Amino acid sequence: MSAAEPEAVAGPSERLPVRRPALGGRLLGNEIRLLMRRRRNQLILVALAAIPVIIGVAVKATTNSGSSADGLIGSITNNGIFVSFTALVVVIPIFLPMAVSVVVGETIAGEAGAGTLRYLLAVPVGRTRLLVIKFLAVAFWCLLIATTVAVAGLVIGFALFPAGDVTLLSGTQTTLLGGLGRLLLVVGYAGLMMLALATAGLFISTLTEVPLAAMAASLGVAIAMQVLVAVPQLHALRPWLISNYFLDFGDVLRDPLLFGGLTHGALAAVAYIAIFFSLAWARFTSKDITS
Amino acid sequence: MTLSVPTSGARSAAPVPTDPLVIETAGLTKRFRGGQIAVNRIDLAVPKGAVYGFLGPNGSGKTTTIRMLLGLVFATEGTISMLGRKIPAEAGRALPWVGSLVEGPAFHPYLSGRVNLARLDAADLTASRRNSSVRVDRALERVGLSAAAGKRYRNYSLGMRQRLGIAAALLQPRKLLILDEPTNGLDPQGTREVRHLVGELSRDGITVFVSSHLLSEVEQVCTHVGVMRTGSLVWQGSMADLGSQQKVRVVVETADSAAAKGVLADLGLADIAEESGVASAVLGSRPPEQVVAALVAGGVRVRGFAVAKPNLEDIFVQLTGEGFDVSG
Repeated sequence: MSAAEPEAVAGPSERLPVRRPALGGRLLGNEIRLLMRRRRNQLILVALAAIPVIIGVAVKATTNSGSSADGLIGSITNNGIFVSFTALVVVIPIFLPMAVSVVVGETIAGEAGAGTLRYLLAVPVGRTRLLVIKFLAVAFWCLLIATTVAVAGLVIGFALFPAGDVTLLSGTQTTLLGGLGRLLLVVGYAGLMMLALATAGLFISTLTEVPLAAMAASLGVAIAMQVLVAVPQLHALRPWLISNYFLDFGDVLRDPLLFGGLTHGALAAVAYIAIFFSLAWARFTSKDITS
Repeated sequence: MTLSVPTSGARSAAPVPTDPLVIETAGLTKRFRGGQIAVNRIDLAVPKGAVYGFLGPNGSGKTTTIRMLLGLVFATEGTISMLGRKIPAEAGRALPWVGSLVEGPAFHPYLSGRVNLARLDAADLTASRRNSSVRVDRALERVGLSAAAGKRYRNYSLGMRQRLGIAAALLQPRKLLILDEPTNGLDPQGTREVRHLVGELSRDGITVFVSSHLLSEVEQVCTHVGVMRTGSLVWQGSMADLGSQQKVRVVVETADSAAAKGVLADLGLADIAEESGVASAVLGSRPPEQVVAALVAGGVRVRGFAVAKPNLEDIFVQLTGEGFDVSG
């Protein structure tokens, strides 16, 4: 039954029969399933979904008592979709990086710590391919956490506040569909930003056999960047820090839709991904696996 | 399903000049960062179809060697050829045919045995999705874990974990099995089972490379042995070679040890030793009953007579000048 049969009858000097390799889609599927069945990850998703709910309920409660706010939060009472936008702005600086660090720390270091890495590599998976699969699984996770916040925001938003045409921050109106399109854009942007951070975490994860250390270091890097961005005297550093671009999607909520800020941030993210993936690859493919 | 391990019948097409080696290393050396030499210029030669016992005390470089064979650790110097492929450059071609157990089993603790195997099966790019569950179930059955397949790995006993590791090594048809201390942590019953399995696989034509620090474990199943000591391969060869080096001795217990020594000398036996109450000599080709008859005829009051075959342990002490950790 196996793919071994066709060429297997030659003499002992035969070249080994070549089993036709697949691309590794099965392992990626397996990886994502592993990610999703992990109780801890499920809890992270629940916690993230709770944030827009809290925002929605809080706004509902305070507007009933008469006070009103401006900007993003103020728009919530006009259209539920703004719960999603607001929640994304709230979670992007810290909560999403936390969710990313926890998962990305596990990638290589988790397998190394459990000893499963040596068996995966002996199968053999191929180091580059394993790294790509881990990267893709993490990319899925990044998109998933941003989507979770947005969807939870929409559900609670439309439950508590009106739907319909969306009044943008510039005062102009767009259809609900247009608003959802813009939300999709923000989710994609947030996912990309998190992936940039995650790729740095992936590199860190190739440096150690202790998943907890990789998690802590990834989160430490994320927080350190936030701090550096916040210090005015270190202004010159900002363009080099990915967290500087995290919230550069304000234009999405204005008319006309300008892509300047988005593109700039996205390019920075792509540069981060390219640099740190290369580092992770260089490290992982040359490393002695002694765990 | 065939295992495609041609031994004799399939040779007709291409004449083979020499018996191919399944594992061949030349000057294989590993120096870890910090200068410590774990493996020092070893030349392994594992012939096809052999059960090769890779022996040595803990810390003698066995595991590092195995990790280099599997492409996990990169050699500092030297070359490796496995199943005719260069390692690590062509590891992707060779390793699908190699099942391995390295330094004990390792699986995801919160997944069941079956899900763990399915993950390794998914990782094998040469394995079809279609037959995955068949392969997994068959491997579980082979090691007797079918009943516990749904249990989480963390709830497995040490023996069950070891067996799951062996099941993983048997997921695909293999040409070579590399088993690093496969009986570690097993009870005597489990050890027997592993030995039995190794014999069975070997009869199927699979070459088995098994490392151990326990001589007695390996003695009964191996056709070849290699002995490691502090990073060097101090001896390598077939059990038959080893047998020819064995010197069987006759040991006579008697009050007349001096007289016995004389009789043994008259018989022309070599390497005669005598102390009070015991005389002994190398038997050579002479049948032992002749020795007894000569002793009795010579008036030696024989209290005990033994033909002592040295065990592997004695031979290795002789070969390496060092004992083995037999306690385990």
